[in-house]
Amino acid sequence: MTTEKIADRQIEFDEDGFLANREDWTEELAQELAYMEDVGQLTDKHWKVIRFMQAEYDEKGDAPSIRKLNKESGVSTKELYQLFPKGPAKKAAKIAGLPKPKGCI
Amino acid sequence: MKQLLILGAGTAGTMMLNKLSRALDPKDWQLTIIDKDPNHIYQPGLLFIPFGMYSVDDIIKPKSDFFPGKAKVIFSEMKVIKPVKQQVELENGDILHYDFLILATGSEIRPDEIEGMTEDLWRKSIFDFYTIEGAVALQNYLDKWEGGKMVINIAEMPIKCPVAPLEFTFLADDYFRKKGIREKVEISFVTPLDAAFTKPIAARELGGFLKNRGVKVVTDFNIGRVDNEEKKIVSWDEREVDFDLLVTIPTNMGNDVIKRSGMGDELNFVPTDKHTLQSKEWPNIFVIGDATDLPSSKAGSVAHFESEILFENLMAAINGEELSASFDGHANCFIESGDGKGLLIDFNYDTEPLPGKFPIPKVGPFSLLKETRMNHLGKLGFKWVYWNLLLKGKDLPMESSMSMAGKVFPEEIPA
Ligand SMILES: Cc1cc2nc3c(=O)[nH]c(=O)nc-3n(C[C@H](O)[C@H](O)[C@H](O)COP(=O)(O)OP(=O)(O)OC[C@H]3O[C@@H](n4cnc5c(N)ncnc54)[C@H](O)[C@@H]3O)c2cc1C
Repeated sequence: MTTEKIADRQIEFDEDGFLANREDWTEELAQELAYMEDVGQLTDKHWKVIRFMQAEYDEKGDAPSIRKLNKESGVSTKELYQLFPKGPAKKAAKIAGLPKPKGCI
Repeated sequence: MKQLLILGAGTAGTMMLNKLSRALDPKDWQLTIIDKDPNHIYQPGLLFIPFGMYSVDDIIKPKSDFFPGKAKVIFSEMKVIKPVKQQVELENGDILHYDFLILATGSEIRPDEIEGMTEDLWRKSIFDFYTIEGAVALQNYLDKWEGGKMVINIAEMPIKCPVAPLEFTFLADDYFRKKGIREKVEISFVTPLDAAFTKPIAARELGGFLKNRGVKVVTDFNIGRVDNEEKKIVSWDEREVDFDLLVTIPTNMGNDVIKRSGMGDELNFVPTDKHTLQSKEWPNIFVIGDATDLPSSKAGSVAHFESEILFENLMAAINGEELSASFDGHANCFIESGDGKGLLIDFNYDTEPLPGKFPIPKVGPFSLLKETRMNHLGKLGFKWVYWNLLLKGKDLPMESSMSMAGKVFPEEIPA
């Protein structure tokens, strides 16, 4: 667990570096996290992915895989990698304020 | 007469058929099993084929050897399942009605899901070992291969038997060593995960094994395509790994009948209650083995533990009682590590693989998460257990729920 000061607020992160408390999440914080992750200014496309991730998480209890994002969010895998370079599933989950995707066993 | 249909006569379907045929009264119940393939493949044995340790004859037997006398067996491709009508349609248009259905259609590799995978180099320099054809073609190739860059790549998770790619890597290292060409082979293990394995303590241990064997590990690599001309795999974020020989574990998916029936998720796995094993949508459908979307390993041992839970819950459902048996995600896997040694891991939904002794605390004879000769013998012995006990739905000397007895707690393990 670590705490960081972001935009004048104390924000707690879990051992994977993901938001510890979902209640801390705001759209402004998401933008700050996006800068920290080298994703830059969030566009409508980014937001579409972030909202989809949050809805999926609320329904299923885990963040969706890239395959699911590709199939159901209407954003292609190639675009996902352009939007969230190096690991869209993990990065988008982090910016969306969700825990690290469990992935699979 | 009531109808109980089992779709798929692989590991899980065959076990359920044997258990149920002993329990259900043939005067009231017609048990029917359907599969497209008359042969049963012992899939764990596929691992040994590329290295000439098993032959094809060791791992194939007629499915009929394992069916009880009373059951009706149909060898046919299934076209579609219609859960609203409680029907299954076969390839020839025949329609079967059911009162209860068990889905045990497994998972299969889909190299066609990756751009360029099944083009010019497929089964020439690119092989899988999850099918008989792939494993045999790879054996022929390895037999003559004089060395170069060997890349083992997992396309995406989940895959069945998630330790198999690691085992393959350990056995390959041993094989090239014994052949005297290890220094001519550069081995890379390229994975979409952030470590050698999914669970932290086991990942640390197994990652160390790869390092000791001089295997290069590339993590967080999500394959986007295969470049057949330049012989390289390219990730979605444009990282590249060159190969002379690519051993791929392609995307694993449920059978297309699930897709045709509109019953699966994006990988054709069937949404299933992770504790009761009942379909999330249809109360008279139960799902077992690789066909489920459970967050457990896809392995024969898991299917075995599930079979005990599913049996109890299905009998309860038949009798109109509450489903009280609960699956805990128990998995138990031997990991071949080469040179006549192996490891064993035992875990469930909540507890990651830990060191210790199994199945008898402090005694064993098997050691958890530790390389021993005994574990290797256990792995080889599993073939006998599989053909003679497991498929026939007999009890194994293991509980379906995982036990903490004999395990070392994580806080006691030095980092
Ligand atoms: C290389 C390798 C190594 C492995 N090693 C181990 C190990 O060491 N330990 C372990 O526990 N597990 C291991 N496994 C995993 C294990 O083999 C599987 O998890 C297990 O067989 C799953 O059983 P199942 O019944 O769910 O599926 P399967 O046994 O695959 O059976 C599915 C059946 O359904 C039939 N079917 C599917 N669709 C249709 C259709 N449309 N029409 C008609 N029939 C259909 C298929 O023909 C098949 O017979 C390994 C697997 C592989 C590939």
